[in-house]
Amino acid sequence: MDSSTLLGITTLAYLFSAAFYIATLVYKNKTLGIVALIVTIAGILAQTGGIGMRWYESYEMNHGHAPLTNMYESLVFFSWCVMVIYVFLELKFKNNLLGAFVTPFGMVSMAWATFQLDSTMRPLMPALQSNWLIAHVVTCFIGYAAFAAAGGFGIMYLLKKNFDGDNDLSGGIIGSLPKLTLIDDLNHKTLLFGFLWLSGGIITGAIWANEAWGTYWQWDSKETWSLITWFYYAITLHARFTRGWGGNRIAWLAIFGVFVVFFTYFGVNLWLSGLHSYGSD
Amino acid sequence: MSQQKNFSIIGFLASVKLALFLLFSLASTSIIGTIIPQNREPGFYTDTYGTGAANFMNMLDIPDMYTSWWFLALLAFFCINLMVCSLDRIPTVWKIVKRDNLAVELEKLGKSGPKMEIPTQLAPGDGADKIADVLRGMGWPMERREKEGGLLLFSQKGGWTRFGVYIVHLSILVIMLGAIIGSPMIAQKIFKSKNFAFKANIMLPEFRFTDEVYSSDDEEPIKLGFTVRCDFFDIEYYPNGMPKDYLSRLAVVEDGKDVLNTVIEVNEPLTYKGITFYQSSYRPLDDFVVDLQKSSGEKQTFVISSEKQIQWKDGGASFGIINMEMWGEAVSRVKVWFTDNQGAPSTFWIELGREAVVKRPSGDFTFKAKQRYATGLQVAKDPGVWYVYTGCGLMLVGLFVAFFMSHRKLWAYVREENGRVTVLLAGNANKNKLGFERTFDALADELRKLS
Repeated sequence: MDSSTLLGITTLAYLFSAAFYIATLVYKNKTLGIVALIVTIAGILAQTGGIGMRWYESYEMNHGHAPLTNMYESLVFFSWCVMVIYVFLELKFKNNLLGAFVTPFGMVSMAWATFQLDSTMRPLMPALQSNWLIAHVVTCFIGYAAFAAAGGFGIMYLLKKNFDGDNDLSGGIIGSLPKLTLIDDLNHKTLLFGFLWLSGGIITGAIWANEAWGTYWQWDSKETWSLITWFYYAITLHARFTRGWGGNRIAWLAIFGVFVVFFTYFGVNLWLSGLHSYGSD
Repeated sequence: MSQQKNFSIIGFLASVKLALFLLFSLASTSIIGTIIPQNREPGFYTDTYGTGAANFMNMLDIPDMYTSWWFLALLAFFCINLMVCSLDRIPTVWKIVKRDNLAVELEKLGKSGPKMEIPTQLAPGDGADKIADVLRGMGWPMERREKEGGLLLFSQKGGWTRFGVYIVHLSILVIMLGAIIGSPMIAQKIFKSKNFAFKANIMLPEFRFTDEVYSSDDEEPIKLGFTVRCDFFDIEYYPNGMPKDYLSRLAVVEDGKDVLNTVIEVNEPLTYKGITFYQSSYRPLDDFVVDLQKSSGEKQTFVISSEKQIQWKDGGASFGIINMEMWGEAVSRVKVWFTDNQGAPSTFWIELGREAVVKRPSGDFTFKAKQRYATGLQVAKDPGVWYVYTGCGLMLVGLFVAFFMSHRKLWAYVREENGRVTVLLAGNANKNKLGFERTFDALADELRKLS
């Protein structure tokens, strides 16, 4: 099978996966939850195969490179990160109600890539031909995906906190969500995880820039926005560690953080100019 | 100045509120420079934003805001905050790590973590030893002290991990130090030497050499201390016409001798004596590079401009370029005039980069022409970069320790009750409390099995 078939299957699987997870939450049905997990894992496998095939196909076209070099490929990889992180969390915390809040991020980015973006494979421009490409993109995107998941947990926390016990609201769906302390803990750990990987992403980017241009930092708009994101989450973590913030406030910060990440990821490429312009194709 | 006042200044500089304020200020002001284009010519700002706004921006150094006095002051303030706050807190942390945990009051056990009363079937006497053996077997070697008629056992892990956050703080300071050491501005203004750290560039035509490059800030020449020659520049293309690679063959010359020959390309620079040369741009020149080889073995490379004639003495030939054909901006074909002074001269069109064999009475000549280029090199000397990299490594280690490793303490108070040994197991962890509870439960289960 070629990469486009596999990635097409992935898109379909993720559409179902998000739908099943939302249904699991709404109908509190165990079987649905198991189906959702199976569909998600099948999607991840198809996507892993698809990314691998795309990599292989680029070698057949004589310009072999990792499929991480334009907006289409980055969104595909982003959704892969979201789904893998999600499945890991579901299995670790044995809770499939989280899915309704996290898998939609993976589904939307995969669907957007498939239906809106140009998936043509192009050879790699000289600036991108570096071993740092993989390290840089992978670290950044694990960070982004973790922050997206944390945003999902933030929404979940606020729903639980503010509507729990409200029987008019969807018949106790909210009540079936995990305990507030667990969501808060999960949110916090995901933020820590994301922060570590974002730091790694900024560092690998700096080292790469120094290899390519002789400057590890030049206040390019992408660099600056990644640093702004870093500052933003540093503030969030300090507010929690030292000022004792938790619960609602951290949930809101995690949700707003998704917009900061979103701007760093897309906004910079779409609205600002700079060194990362190849990412806007 | 009174003692009290000194104290409050330090308290202010060490405060987390200040840290949050500075982080927020750095994050929000950084946005300005991503929206207003940086380092453009002065006219750009008046044209785009109007004279009034442009004057206001100039007043605040907005066109170069990341090196403006106020942004650098924010960064400096941030570093001071980091330093003072860390120095202020480290002694407290040190005390926590070095605390005598066997001196703890028994009532306080389990106040900040799990606690469990475990009755065992152990007889008094060697009961405490058996309990200590079990705990040691599970990775918790216990210290012990007699206490209130019983025996208090204690063990801890990862006390040092409480310093993780200070490793992160230190790493930021190390990165900043590296940035200062490698800053061309500091080199010029404080060390009064451009050669200490610089960013520069040079357009070096093929077959030319240079012993100086030009500062990116002010175009002033900077001496390299050695000579660099460009022997060759080329662009490789993909079949679809996209550029695949830009490469330059460079030679480093010292005392008239080539000490290093290497090919650089984008992402693969050359470093010599702390100075690094990066492939960054190129420019086609008005002349051509011609490789000539005679069937009898002689060969030579020439640089020739159009409508000039060159005589090759060793090969006994003369040639010139008398016409050319453009393809876009670049020359694609040239028309060559060639003679070996025997018979009528040959004239022929040849595509650049291709070889042609010219059959002449004195022998066969292989003729190859290419566009002559100048290679654009970015040249940098940054003695601070290894500090920056060290800081980056420290930061990742520090973040990992600060986030994912915890200081865990375990107490077991062993006493005799109704002829049997009872254990009060208590513990706490400063992070990942849920994870610690699982460990704690596993330990309690093992103790419960004792008989």
